[in-house]
Amino acid sequence: MPAPPIRVGLFVTCLVDLFRPSVGFAAVKLLEAAGCAVDVPPTQTCCGQPAYNSGDRADAKAIARQVLDAFEAFDYVVVPSGSCGGMIRQHYLELFADESALLRRAQHLAERTYELVSFLADVLKLERVEARYDGVATYHDSCSGLRELGVKEQPRKLLRSVAGLRLEELPGAEICCGFGGTFCVKYPEISDRMVADKAADIAATGADTLLAGDMGCLLNMAGKLTRLGKPVRVRHVAEVLAGVAGETPPIGGAAAGRS
Amino acid sequence: MEPTSNAFKENAHRALADANLQKALGMMRRGFPNKRATALARLPEFDALREQAKAIKDHVLENLDLYLEIFEQNVIAQGGQVHWCRTPQEARETVLAICSRLDAKTVTKGKSMIAEEMALNDYLEQHGVTPVETDLGEYIIQIRKEHPSHIIAPAIHLVKEQIAESFRQTHKGLDPARPLEEASALVAEARTVLRQKFLSADVGITGANFCVAETGSTVIVTNEGNGDLTQTVTKAHIVMASLEKLVPTLEDLSTLLRLLARSATGQEFSTYTTLSTGPRRADDTDGPGEYHVVFLDNGRSAMLGTEFQDMLRCIRCGACMNHCPVYGTVGGHAYGWVYPGPIGAVLTPTLLGVDKAGHLPNASTFCGRCESVCPMKIPLPRMMRHWREHEFERKLSPAPYRYGLKAWAFLATRPPLYRFTAAVASRVLGWIGAPHGRFRSLPLAGGWTQGRDLPAPEGRSFMSLWAERRKAGP
Repeated sequence: MPAPPIRVGLFVTCLVDLFRPSVGFAAVKLLEAAGCAVDVPPTQTCCGQPAYNSGDRADAKAIARQVLDAFEAFDYVVVPSGSCGGMIRQHYLELFADESALLRRAQHLAERTYELVSFLADVLKLERVEARYDGVATYHDSCSGLRELGVKEQPRKLLRSVAGLRLEELPGAEICCGFGGTFCVKYPEISDRMVADKAADIAATGADTLLAGDMGCLLNMAGKLTRLGKPVRVRHVAEVLAGVAGETPPIGGAAAGRS
Repeated sequence: MEPTSNAFKENAHRALADANLQKALGMMRRGFPNKRATALARLPEFDALREQAKAIKDHVLENLDLYLEIFEQNVIAQGGQVHWCRTPQEARETVLAICSRLDAKTVTKGKSMIAEEMALNDYLEQHGVTPVETDLGEYIIQIRKEHPSHIIAPAIHLVKEQIAESFRQTHKGLDPARPLEEASALVAEARTVLRQKFLSADVGITGANFCVAETGSTVIVTNEGNGDLTQTVTKAHIVMASLEKLVPTLEDLSTLLRLLARSATGQEFSTYTTLSTGPRRADDTDGPGEYHVVFLDNGRSAMLGTEFQDMLRCIRCGACMNHCPVYGTVGGHAYGWVYPGPIGAVLTPTLLGVDKAGHLPNASTFCGRCESVCPMKIPLPRMMRHWREHEFERKLSPAPYRYGLKAWAFLATRPPLYRFTAAVASRVLGWIGAPHGRFRSLPLAGGWTQGRDLPAPEGRSFMSLWAERRKAGP
């Protein structure tokens, strides 16, 4: 008798929901291909990070409780974002540190929650993906995924198995792109200079494609690259790993300087 | 110095337009991190050392009163004196009283951030005592009438052409046609000028990287040797320190020293590590006539037992600012007070009041790089977030921002309404943005679209598409 499939709840994230559903469906495709049964609880909205990082603990808690309720029943919770994944895995524990019943639930949730690519590589032990992408890609390490969740080698390992893709390392890949959630709203001028530096580093690699695992960073970097007219296509790493990049234009539309 | 932290945005705007500053920061951004990474690669036990170091400082902070008393007893036993000052004003008066009693006209100074915190130079000058900074970086900014922009590299905001120009203006007696293009020429000239001042100084003031309780010693680490000269040839050596500099033993000191230089400059050890224990004894060939340690509290003891206590583990290596992308973009002066970067984002609101420095804990992307490189494992982003919570509770954050957040939270806690709004928003924005896939400008997003495009949504929300897929069946 085959083992029952792993039940995965997909936490879509608010930016994927609003800006780029393709990433959500790419995640579903990857998870289903790896033998998971995926569901998407409709009561999810956001992880609460904007409130949490703005000092609004009450609203952050209310939203976090919603997530606790929505994802109680799954074996795993998978998030196509290191930032939202880090919020659930680490910061919910701080939010509920003084409320033992909720803290236990938050711990239970944290233990089962993974960023998408690290779930594929570390939990499902995926060694390779069946996908093709013709191009030279460079990869930006989004801060929360890298430093809160240890996502570093996993995307590189899986990207190396994509047929036709050559990975070119990005100097300063671990330096923040300047998005920073509410930071880009509160300090747009500084944020813009940071992403300008990042865009220059990306362009200098000569890669035709930029990949990362977080929509916030991707919107920021794609927006700067198109404004500067740099011929770089920007995509979420899940789109390339799932082999669906051909189905949608890159983030921010067709890259400048290309037909 | 008068804080300008509330003008952080304006300060940052100026910094972004300053070509020399941007050139200097560009060199710093890769220089310090690369050197640190090279040093760490040769120290496999770095993380174990961090744990030890953290445990040492945590223990000190839990028993601070005890170690301060032991330290004082040992300083007295060595023939020195300890002065306890609650406020910068008390500390200034204490230093001036010593200088006046010794009829000091000139004091030489090694680097001290505590002296910056109490604006000691200005105070001494107002009272007829001339302070001479002897650390090269501090000397440069002193003659330029500036403040340090970095805690270990105070003149990091300058390029060498600016320094050469300042030297030509200040060192009047020298040949105006002398070459000053090379950094070595600048160092040699500063050394010649400063040597004379060392010999004529009455009192030497240094900071303290550490205070060792078991011996009553203060410790400075430098690369120029100026700190040694400052203290050995004077009537009195005055050490400016803050309470959290205490370590119990010399053994503990050596653990922390193994982390400090590597984290700061990527050196295994600074060129000079100087322990000062009491004044000159009868059979010593040199040394200061008197030895004073002036402790400034300035709000630190009030941090004990609060969510900000961890900040007192800081050993001032500067790794957090060396790796901070915001510091690396705007430089240290934008932060508007003594401590820039992530340290300043936590410490400035603590020491000055959050109403005077509310921007600083907000001006972080929470990228976490500061915490990841901190040798003392200080959770800097978490403490910045604590400050944001204080600001939110006291309604100090800008009103439009708070209302916007509340409106968003209203939606985010009502899933059906949220789903509907997201579905409509992605349709509308997707439709308007469809021709190019991006917006060059958008109402309410002017800050973003000033310098970059906003990618357009694909046109449908994930949740609405998922619901359709579910309805259609597998």
